[in-house]
Amino acid sequence: MQPKRLIIVAVGGQGNLLASKVLGEAALLADIPVRMSEIHGMAQRGGVVESAVVFGDADSTIISDAEADVLLGFEPSETLRALNKCNADTVVITNTAPLPPFTVAIGKGTYPDIGTLQELIRNKTARLIAFDAQALAKQAGNIMSLNMVLLGSLIQTGIMPVSADNVKEAIRTSTKKTFVDINIKAFELGFEAAEKAA
Amino acid sequence: MHKLLTQNPGQKMLLLGNEAIARGAIEAGVAVASTYPGTPSSEISLQFFQTSQESDLYFEYSTNEKVAMEVAAAAANSGVRSMCVMKHVGVNVAADALMTLAYVGVKGGMVVLSADDPYMFSSQNEQDNRFYAKLSGLPMVEPSSVEEAKDMVGYAFEISEKLQEPVLFRTTTRINHSSAIVQLGEIKTPKTKGDFVKDPFNLVTVPAVSRKLHVKLLENIEKAQEISDTSQYNFIKGDAGKWGIICNGVSYNYASDAIKELDIEDKVKILRVGFSYPLPAKIIKAFLKECEKVLVIEEGEPYMEESVKAFAQEDGLTLPIRGKAKDLFSRLYEFDPARVRENIAKFFEIPYMPPALPDISDVPEIPQRPPNLCAGCSHRATYYEVKKAAEGLGTIYPTDIGCYTLSVLPPLSTADFLLCMGSSVGTGCGFSAATDKKVISFIGDSTFFHSGIPGLVNAVFNNHNFTLVILDNSTTAMTGHQPHPGVDMGDFNLTGYGRVSIEKVVRAIGVPHVTVIRPFRVGKSIAAIKEAIDYKGVSVIISQEACVLYARSLNKARGKPFHISEKCKDHRDCVNELACPAFYIEGERVHINADLCTGCAICAQICPEKAIVPVRSKEKN
Repeated sequence: MQPKRLIIVAVGGQGNLLASKVLGEAALLADIPVRMSEIHGMAQRGGVVESAVVFGDADSTIISDAEADVLLGFEPSETLRALNKCNADTVVITNTAPLPPFTVAIGKGTYPDIGTLQELIRNKTARLIAFDAQALAKQAGNIMSLNMVLLGSLIQTGIMPVSADNVKEAIRTSTKKTFVDINIKAFELGFEAAEKAA
Repeated sequence: MHKLLTQNPGQKMLLLGNEAIARGAIEAGVAVASTYPGTPSSEISLQFFQTSQESDLYFEYSTNEKVAMEVAAAAANSGVRSMCVMKHVGVNVAADALMTLAYVGVKGGMVVLSADDPYMFSSQNEQDNRFYAKLSGLPMVEPSSVEEAKDMVGYAFEISEKLQEPVLFRTTTRINHSSAIVQLGEIKTPKTKGDFVKDPFNLVTVPAVSRKLHVKLLENIEKAQEISDTSQYNFIKGDAGKWGIICNGVSYNYASDAIKELDIEDKVKILRVGFSYPLPAKIIKAFLKECEKVLVIEEGEPYMEESVKAFAQEDGLTLPIRGKAKDLFSRLYEFDPARVRENIAKFFEIPYMPPALPDISDVPEIPQRPPNLCAGCSHRATYYEVKKAAEGLGTIYPTDIGCYTLSVLPPLSTADFLLCMGSSVGTGCGFSAATDKKVISFIGDSTFFHSGIPGLVNAVFNNHNFTLVILDNSTTAMTGHQPHPGVDMGDFNLTGYGRVSIEKVVRAIGVPHVTVIRPFRVGKSIAAIKEAIDYKGVSVIISQEACVLYARSLNKARGKPFHISEKCKDHRDCVNELACPAFYIEGERVHINADLCTGCAICAQICPEKAIVPVRSKEKN
């Protein structure tokens, strides 16, 4: 199977690692080869968390610049920062609700305009799916389900070789029991949002 | 039951590299495991800590890597299988024990895991610990994948018992922190109790004994050489081509993917070295004879490359062998698939167009997102207070290893010098001896136990003139809240542990001026710190307040959020001097994010207008 490469970027605490774990478990259910890596050194202290998921016949667990098939961004300025992972054929999915870094809060830096940011990404990649995933997470019942909303959109694109059923099953088996219903709802809302964006 | 104790051979599980390594040790029947936590190795120990609570495994968080090594060495010399886990720089701490343990050897299998960190994602250097194998004469194995890491642990135990020597198991961050699907093997029932048989003329390393033991070590290296030359972990992939690649660890993955992507699988053969000390001389020499040119792909130092060139010389081979060079591979940082692909193409002269990077010249500067001390972190309070107490003194601030090293960033800016664990104390001695400046050193509680104590004894004995601030937040916060000797193990619902008081240790050492402060009381703390830094001689401040994340995980966090009232006159001392991430500026006014604020009330105490007040229950920000 041709490798499919996914980069997920998020801010510490947004649930990036759980999202990649769910994808990995879904691949296990579907009997698809998968390898992942994560860098989360200072995640709890407000830094950036990046994970790479490689499906298919590849041995590498990391993804070089310009080689992601999909970039999934949990925070818009972090999506923009990870643009170096994309090429002209990359599909980008991003949440549009900002979490400004502390440097902005204290006046040491300007947060990019969300409209300009989307325009920049759209111009340099094959396709951008951008929507307020935070609002959908709240609608699903918990702001923490943002990661599942974005997984829903990712799966809707059909680029990753795992099905919605596999992912939902993985959500049921590998996320906390008390959150399963909310997480499934969040996944479905994200799936629909990507459909509408098509 | 803990998932790693699942007795179901053949089952497939998605595991983190570090989980796979722990599972490998459990399958191999490890009986004693010891560690000092350090990224990227920490999750291995976490698995041992958890599984030991529901199995016969004896596991301990030791005070430092040297002690951990000694614990595991004694266990293995009592005939049980032991494992000792640390990050690469931890091996420096344990090296004294390791070097002579290589002479003494073991009875039960012993595996020493060194987690190297190319690129220094979370380390102070990126030393290549393959040289520890060469230095000590101990065998070394290195996996390339998560699955292989699990299986290789069992292999390492077998080699260790065969040679009666510890085996070094080297990983890099991209093994530790990668995940893959792993097939479980059978869990061997461990031999949990050993017996020590006295044999002082082989086990007590006085010179006459050691002279004999060094001979034995050299003989062992020859035996290890034979094993390496027949090891299944040194293998050749592909047999058609005349172009050769020799690689190890994750570089093997990048090289394998690259020759597929470059469509040169019929031209290239790869020698993957997984048993890397002693290097498989026979295999390498035979490989060289079949190649026209060879590229050595290894992160870090030219460890294999130098030996491969020496092997070629021994056999009179003159083929081109390259690896580290300005136009090929760097000794810096980690590799990635594209760089390896590009260098393979360059070396074998294959046309190749690297993927086009997006043009990001029109992307505006994106504000940085550096890690920051958490909202409500007690270290922020202590640093603020020390700075206030030392205002105008031109102080030198030696610092140490932990979350608190983040004070290197403004506005706290209270970190001037750092070498290694415990260095704040020893360098504090040196700066006070060599300069006339005021010296204030910072060290965390776990780091103090790890290697701060000898430095403090030195300071008292040699009568140095500096202040040591011990930032006691009741846990090893940086690596994920592991316990240390000062922690109440009741927090983990565990009994049967002792507890060591930092204050009693400091007083027992004979430090003449000792003060304990509660850093969330700003005025009192500043006054106490002033007194300590005025003292001529060694003074110690112990700043006690639990890590807020840790307290929260134990349901012990009590604070209620604050907000900024109408009284605010926009001095911004709060933002400018504390830089707590709970602050944000909106509409030219400072606000506090009530979801982040933990109620430490430091900002409330320093606000000149007393404008920062608790959020009343019905109010929102």
